[in-house]
Amino acid sequence: MAPVAPRSGDAIFANIERVNAELFTLTYGAIVRQLLTDLEEVEEVNKQLEQMGYNIGIRLIDEFLAKSNVSRCVDFRETADVIAKVGFKMFLGVTASVSNWDAEGTCCSIILEDNPLVDFVELPDTCQGLYYCNILSGVIRGALEMVSMKTEVTWIRDVLRGDDVFELQVKLLKQVPEEYPYKDDE
Amino acid sequence: MQFFGGSEISPSPPVPTASGNNGHMIYMFNRNGVCLLYREWNRPLRTLNAQQDHKLMFGLLFSLKSLTAKMDPTSAEKGNLGVPQLPGQGCSFHSFRTNTYKLSFMESPSGIKIILVTHPRTGDLRDSLKYIYNLYVEYVVKNPLYTPGSPIRCQLFNTTLDQYMRGIA
Repeated sequence: MAPVAPRSGDAIFANIERVNAELFTLTYGAIVRQLLTDLEEVEEVNKQLEQMGYNIGIRLIDEFLAKSNVSRCVDFRETADVIAKVGFKMFLGVTASVSNWDAEGTCCSIILEDNPLVDFVELPDTCQGLYYCNILSGVIRGALEMVSMKTEVTWIRDVLRGDDVFELQVKLLKQVPEEYPYKDDE
Repeated sequence: MQFFGGSEISPSPPVPTASGNNGHMIYMFNRNGVCLLYREWNRPLRTLNAQQDHKLMFGLLFSLKSLTAKMDPTSAEKGNLGVPQLPGQGCSFHSFRTNTYKLSFMESPSGIKIILVTHPRTGDLRDSLKYIYNLYVEYVVKNPLYTPGSPIRCQLFNTTLDQYMRGIA
């Protein structure tokens, strides 16, 4: 029988179980607030958010692959498109766009016009170095690592710091092929 | 990186007396060769101990994937034989059949491999394997008590899987 075609982000988003957006935003806000109280250093909080995102990403990839039926992406361009159009739509309900490709096709920017994580949020003066949505960069890094891509994800523009959109730069460091895990003498 | 770790067989369900259950065994591996799950419902003959059995199965699939990709007459670029390919890249084999059993295989791009051994007249099980992958996501991946990369010890997953396998024609 013919292989099932990949489903669009909208179709999956409609079928998947959803939570209330405000609950999601407020819960995330509470997590960041608590991390700030516990860790105090803004840099530490950024790192911790990224690590939490990484742990989410390594599990999220399986759910994404199972629900969206995408097959292996041929190159990094396709990967970035799939993340922006299907991934973000499926999990956050927003569509992102991809731009700023570099010459080799290993580095691009994902632009988010609206972001459910930051509704109602304002950064106070004491936390100006905070990347509030750093969990998203961890999620992308974790998920891509499970499909053999080592990447580096950083924030270029952040609405909470005064820019007009959210811009994430995703840079492919290398593709890590599988190795046969057993040693010959075992 | 976690290499192959020993795993004992998860407690098997009682052998069904009815002929409704066609599945013989199921294996699940992750990309590092760790056997996440092994369940058997109907396996009269066991020749190797569990560890060797898992390693043999994993090695077999690894080689088969490499071989089928190399022999692909339609693909323009082929890796060298033995050079590992990224999971999901190139052509992927999905089953082989002998006179006594049929082995069906599915690999996700994240490296999760699901192997189902059934009786030889079973039809195409690709959809069933996808369904089992979905079950894995719902019961195991989303389970906060499960550490990714370790053998699955989730009773609910085992029960649901057994139930599903009983329903496969």
